[in-house]
Parts: sequence; structure tokens; C-alpha cells
Amino acid sequence: MYTQMVDVSEPGLEDVSEQQKIFDDKIDRNITIEADDWMPQAYRDTLVRQISQHAHSEIVGMLPEGNWITRAPSLERKCILMAKVQDEAGHGLYLYSAAETLGVSRDEMVDALLTGRSKYSSIFNYPTLTWADVGAIGWLVDGAAIINQVPLTRCSFGPYARAMVRICKEESFHQRQGFEVLTTLCTGTPEQKAMAQDALDRWWWPAVMMFGPPDGESLHNATSMRWKIKLFTNDELRQKFVDQTVPQADFLGLTIPDPELKWNAERNHYDFGTPNWSEFYAVVRGNGPCNRERLRARINAHEDGAWVREAALAHAAKHAKPAEHSATAEHSAA
Amino acid sequence: MSEPDRAGWPLWEVFVRSSHGLAHKHVGSLHAVDAEMAMQNARDVYARRNEGASLWVVRASDIVASQPEDRDGLFSAGEDKPYRHPTHYTVPEGVKNL
Repeated sequence: MYTQMVDVSEPGLEDVSEQQKIFDDKIDRNITIEADDWMPQAYRDTLVRQISQHAHSEIVGMLPEGNWITRAPSLERKCILMAKVQDEAGHGLYLYSAAETLGVSRDEMVDALLTGRSKYSSIFNYPTLTWADVGAIGWLVDGAAIINQVPLTRCSFGPYARAMVRICKEESFHQRQGFEVLTTLCTGTPEQKAMAQDALDRWWWPAVMMFGPPDGESLHNATSMRWKIKLFTNDELRQKFVDQTVPQADFLGLTIPDPELKWNAERNHYDFGTPNWSEFYAVVRGNGPCNRERLRARINAHEDGAWVREAALAHAAKHAKPAEHSATAEHSAA
Repeated sequence: MSEPDRAGWPLWEVFVRSSHGLAHKHVGSLHAVDAEMAMQNARDVYARRNEGASLWVVRASDIVASQPEDRDGLFSAGEDKPYRHPTHYTVPEGVKNL
């Protein structure tokens, strides 16, 4: 997901302090934890990693789609894509703000991204080769994100849950516009339909892998679920994604590239094949098709923008002085 | 990375009054060097969809907030004064509009 393989800090030896008991009781009774409430250090550290990783994914996620803004096939598509990319920036900013309430600074988080200490979702390390990829990202990647994010609106940490509410409201346009791009291609020429199928062929498995490793290999599921910062397991969410997406592919007349995909009437779910997990781990470790390019783009944006940040500060300092002076004068006159 | 950075950019809290006649509501926060930039950023970050009729931006450092441990002193007064709630009173059967 946008927060795959978050390094969860396991709580230390059984902490039976009064504060810990109050915290556990709140979690059990679904009482939201707020930023200034006492919380175990491991919970705080894990949330900082999870929320900042989520924020980084939104920010890096602008790159693959931004690639198509100048080449979108009509003015309307261009406007839509720009609005979507702008939303992703907004989502990143809501999430950075939520993480900051835990005591980490924006600069520390940005630095962690740019130096490679902090991860972002593996999905954004794949290239957008054709216009159909923009459709596939909206349909599959945003579709998967919605499945992950809707439960997080009920997670235990208030600022994160509230950011998720805003994000989920905005996200459904993203998924629909993607599906509409593909619907248009699939009802167009045979070449256009083939382009849509090619995009599905390349994006299907990376999207399925967005939910992270299978439950058996996901070491920290239990702790995160105990803390209610993860409400369903990776495999539960993945199943939901497959079940909801297959009929949509059928509607488009596209074939999902999985020979093992089959409706299982007994389970009332689709059975599906095993993703190439060694590819997933390679991408997470930095060896996907676009890892270096993505990070380089973020570093360049940060460095090229340094003079703007400096100029804004200098401007504010220059204009703050007279105002402060007059405030002081007023005070002494009173 | 490079210095100086947002370390010098104060935090602002953003409030939006929706167009339905409700009070301003906290929607999130952002960094900006001054009030003008805070308002501009609030527009870009928190008002992309016709969310409301009015924006407030307030420097986070100017907000005086109660602490979690102050809660009882601030909010528990109602607990031993149930007569402040209409449910404290018995309405005789058959009496209407009360």
C-alpha cells in the first residue's frame, strides 16, 4: 500500500504504568488518541514512519502522472490530470501536517525521503509509458489506495484519521477519471483497446503488490492491528481489491493477466495467483525500474527550490520588522 | 540537505467556514513565512473544491490550548449537575410541547 512494510517499533517489556493502562483502555474502547495525549514511544515512532511514508508516496506519486500532463490528449484531460496531481500534493501536505503533530519536523521527514532512509510505495517506481497508464493508475492504484485508506479514517490516531477523511473524499474522483480514460480507450479503435490492455498487463501485478507482503511474512501486523493503526491485514485488503476490480475489468472487456484468476463460489471470493514477491522486494530495496529517477527528481526539486525558500524568509523578515515596531509603540503608549 | 529551510517557516492552523452557515472549523495546518502566504497556501491546500465561504489562518504559536490533564477541571463541572440537562426532569404523562 502507500505504507507497505512500515518498520514497526515493537513495544518494550510489558509496561504496566498507569499511563500505559489508560492508553490501552482508550485503544480498546475506540477512543481516539490525540497528539498531546500520552502514548507509548513505540506507537509514536511507528506512526511517524507510517504517516511520513504515506505522505512521501503522495508526493512521489505526482511524478509518474505529471509525466503526461503536457501530452494529455485534450484540454479537458489536461485540466483533470492537473487537478488530480494537485490533489496528490495536497494529500502529501495533509499527511506531513498530521505527522508533525507527533513532534517530527517537516524538514526531518523530507530529509529522510531524499536520503533514502524513508520509503514510499513501490508502485511509483514503475514508468508511465503510454496515455493508458494514466487511466490504469487512476483505476487500479487509486482504487487500491481507497481500499486501504477508507478503514484508516477509523484508525486510533486522530490527526491521521482526520487527514484520511479529507483524502478519501477527494480520492474517488481520481479512480473514476482513470476508469473513464480506460472506458474511452476500450470503446475506441482496436489500437486504443490494445493500449488499455497493455497498461493493465503492466500495472496489474504491481497494484496487487501494493498491499505489501503476504500476512505470513508481514512481521508487524499484530502490533499495528493491536494499536488500531492497521485495521485489516494485507491479504484481506488484497482480496477485497481483486474481488472489486475483476468485474470492472470484465466491463471494460479487458483480461486480467493472471491465468489462476477464478471465481470460487465456496469462498465467495476470487482465487488468484501469487505475485512475484522477489520483484516486490527488489523494488522496495531500490532496484525498481524508476527508483533512481524518482529520487533524483525529488532532490532536484528540493535543491532548485532552495532560493525560493530563502527569499520567502528574507521577505517575511524584512516586512515583519516595521509591524513589530509599531506594535511595541502602541503598547507603550497604552 | 540545504539550509535555511522550513525550520524558519512558522506553523499555521487553518479554519474554514463552510457555506452552510456553520462556524469555522479546524481543517489542518501548513507552513508559511507570513500571513499573506499562509492565506495563499490555505487556499491551495484546503480549498480546492468550493469548500466554504471564509478562511481563517492563525499562527499555531498564538493558540493557547488546554492540556489533556486539565480536562477534569475544565469539563467535569457538568457531571454532578444533571439538572443542567432537560433529561433530568420528569415530564408528566400526557403533557405535550414541553
